[in-house]
Amino acid sequence: MGKKLGKQTIMLDHPAKIIGNFSIVGEKEGQGNFASYFDMILKDDKYGQKTYEKAEKKMMLEAIKGCLHKAHLTTSQVELYLAGDLLNQIISASFSARELDCSYLGIYGACSTMSEILGIGALLMDTGAYDHILCATGSHFTTAERQYRYPLELGNQRPPTSQWTITGAGASMLSKEGNAPKITHVTFGKVMDYNIKDVNNMGAAMAPAAMDTLITLFQDTHTQPKDYDLIVTGDLGKLGSEILMDLMENKGYTLGKNYADCGQMMYTNNQKTYQGGSGAGCSAVVFNSYLVDKLKKKEYKKIIFAATGALLSTTSSQQGESIPGICHAIIVEGA
Amino acid sequence: MWLLYLKVFLVGGLICMLGQILIIKTNITSARILVLFVTIGAILEALGLYDPIVEFAGAGATVPITGFGRSLAKGAIDAVKQQGLLGVFTGGLTATAGGIAAAVIFAYIFSLLFSSKTKKY
Amino acid sequence: MNDIERDKKYNDYVQAKIPKTKNFPTLIYSYLVGGIICLLGQGIHDAILAIWPQVTQEQANVWMLIVLIFIASFLTGLGLYDKIGIFAGGGSIVPITGFSNSITSPAMEYKKEGIIFGICVKMFSVAGPVIVNGVVISFIIGLIYLFI
Repeated sequence: MGKKLGKQTIMLDHPAKIIGNFSIVGEKEGQGNFASYFDMILKDDKYGQKTYEKAEKKMMLEAIKGCLHKAHLTTSQVELYLAGDLLNQIISASFSARELDCSYLGIYGACSTMSEILGIGALLMDTGAYDHILCATGSHFTTAERQYRYPLELGNQRPPTSQWTITGAGASMLSKEGNAPKITHVTFGKVMDYNIKDVNNMGAAMAPAAMDTLITLFQDTHTQPKDYDLIVTGDLGKLGSEILMDLMENKGYTLGKNYADCGQMMYTNNQKTYQGGSGAGCSAVVFNSYLVDKLKKKEYKKIIFAATGALLSTTSSQQGESIPGICHAIIVEGA
Repeated sequence: MWLLYLKVFLVGGLICMLGQILIIKTNITSARILVLFVTIGAILEALGLYDPIVEFAGAGATVPITGFGRSLAKGAIDAVKQQGLLGVFTGGLTATAGGIAAAVIFAYIFSLLFSSKTKKY
Repeated sequence: MNDIERDKKYNDYVQAKIPKTKNFPTLIYSYLVGGIICLLGQGIHDAILAIWPQVTQEQANVWMLIVLIFIASFLTGLGLYDKIGIFAGGGSIVPITGFSNSITSPAMEYKKEGIIFGICVKMFSVAGPVIVNGVVISFIIGLIYLFI
């Protein structure tokens, strides 16, 4: 069993190996900076389905299928399926589990879902009880817009601090055995709320949580930012990641060139997304394409993957509540 | 004739730009803007200040949603003069019934005919 | 964990950090588009009066609004109105066409949830407050006029 370091970090005895990874994205993301790394790019955001919600579910299923294929496994070899998404009652995750024949845990972590389920998966793997755990999450621009914001055809302007929920899904296959990038440490974060109420400025709401989790991880493991090839946060966006760098600087940790943010990197500058990408799919597709690939090729030896989430609902923000942020971090080492 | 069109453009554009200034300054949602402008239009009409603007700028004052507020107020005032207390209830909606009915009916028809499309930017 | 002073400091810091965008062009665009929509309205109004001389000024006004509402609703259906909106902002929200757009767009958006619970229930999810507020304010104004 893993050993607890400090207050929040767990060092795993038997690191979970990521033997399969798959990413699928929408058309707009397919024109972004990571285009050449994604496994599959959709031409049609509706994916041949009747509704966008069905399309999101189908994306997750496709990611699972692709992930199993790349890991050379069959559906029957999966023992546990961990998943989550942004929709009410996490329907995409649960409805995709309907097609699988294994235990299922549905987890809501907003946009932090990917690192949360990878962390939980790695810990469960460390118990020795499981051989293969499948982790998947995704988001869809249109379904998120329908649920959290306005109808698509409403003629309003997006504020300059807003981000673009990405259309995409990512899946990782964790395995007990194998020669693949491995999850060695897990730090589950605390909910941090610095009283940001602007729902169009998620980066600012989540940055304090990212700061807290990263500092805790550095303290617990007695490491410094420079000990890692890459420290990557989920979807803070341009503004949020600048805020995080300032916050860390104030606490005596300098995030230099080895720091990046999935949301900020997702789109090119002329794709008009203002602060960049967001959504559960954002960190999931970057992790399951670019990051795992680089780890496999040994271009990165050791990275911190810290997906960030804003734990609000439309009800809470209408009632004037501020936005609680969360960030879960995992350390992944190359094979 | 052409002078009227110039006035329509200038006044109509100005009212819309005031809305845009509000959006930039306060990040207000479009529903709130519509509510605010309807209320302002109705109050101005009740004070007798909106009719002169309509006299001056025609559609420049009736097309912006403030004109909708003006119709509501005008309808209520006229109906009260004719029917008393009943007019308090019937006036506003009677005067704006055409616009509301048109919006509902066309929305119904076009929502059956078309589906919303994904945004690209 | 709650720390009012820390939160206030952070909020002030974030406010200062938000990038300042160039707002001036959007003011011009909203002026232009808003002005053009009003011109279109005046044109329709005058055309109706010219074609049907028996129509009163008042009736022509209502017809003009109905035509504008139709055009905006149709453009919303074609998926063009939101593109005008991205460009024009207040210029396409404030005119009556924006009201029409805010009724047609949720109706279209939620039709997959059915005609009753989708189209009919959600139709007023954006513009409902406008009608509710409008009715209330006309009631108040009527009431005041009744007593003076």
